[in-house]
Amino acid sequence: MFLAKVYVTLKKSVLDPQGVTVKHALEALDFESVSDVRLGKYMEIKLDVSDEEEAEARLKEMCKKLLINPVIEEYTYALKRVGDC
Amino acid sequence: MKFGVVVFPGSNCDHDCHYVLNGVIGVKAEYIWHKETSVDGFDCVVLPGGFSYGDYLRTGSIARFSPVMNAVAKHARKGKLVIGICNGFQILLEAGILPGAMLRNTSLNFVCKDVWVKVENNETPFTSLCGEKEALRIPVAHGEGNYFADTEIIEKLESEHRVVLRYCSENGNVEKSSNPNGSLNNIAGICNERKNVLGLMPHPERCSEKILGSADGKKIFDSIRAFLRGS
Repeated sequence: MFLAKVYVTLKKSVLDPQGVTVKHALEALDFESVSDVRLGKYMEIKLDVSDEEEAEARLKEMCKKLLINPVIEEYTYALKRVGDC
Repeated sequence: MKFGVVVFPGSNCDHDCHYVLNGVIGVKAEYIWHKETSVDGFDCVVLPGGFSYGDYLRTGSIARFSPVMNAVAKHARKGKLVIGICNGFQILLEAGILPGAMLRNTSLNFVCKDVWVKVENNETPFTSLCGEKEALRIPVAHGEGNYFADTEIIEKLESEHRVVLRYCSENGNVEKSSNPNGSLNNIAGICNERKNVLGLMPHPERCSEKILGSADGKKIFDSIRAFLRGS
């Protein structure tokens, strides 16, 4: 069993209106050191697979087919072997 | 001539489309449940507005995998008509039937109001009865209508006259102040290369009778009817 943690953000070339708004709010709270804010999504996916390579291949396929829209988004992930519970 | 209005779980403009087509335009329209695997026999398929699958993950991202969407893609490849309105447009983008993607409105607000859109191309099956550069008054109602595509695609859309509708002022000027959502180049509607698939954010079905404040939306449906009569 594997646990995949997938982090999705808008591509750097895409304006993130939520990020901009949060940045302005932080500045209004005197957090002047904030130079950029990007908001995204976090997903946890459990895979009932024993082989790590297979888990990784399945995960990439899921991202490509459904989880990510490559026109506007990019992603990173971390894969960890976990117990069956 | 038969129209099909696809019903996804969460569609909420399906009845408006069905009513306008049957009751105002005077053509035959039937509902198509999203589990259907064929749209044979329909001349024009309407993907209506709403919140299919609760807008989970991304707008339209789950609906595009409904069984009916394979049939819709096939229908489009044959050159038959498809019109995606609001959530229907978002579904067409997610399915890759039209290029680009939708982002959150730059205001982060759900925008629900009448806007003006300029008909940039009246040589499509959807706009043939509109005047050249005519400004139509049509309502929008969306939180994610901020059209985005990379520069190459935008240039291609522009050079091929595939930007069919653009947000404008009442007198037809395309200005930043008349853009309700931050869309690139004020894009409100685009079509595919063959011009048989249109996606648009404004809701023509909500303004097809004078009693509703504007009947400009009727021109879109009348154009489709005229096209189908002639074909």
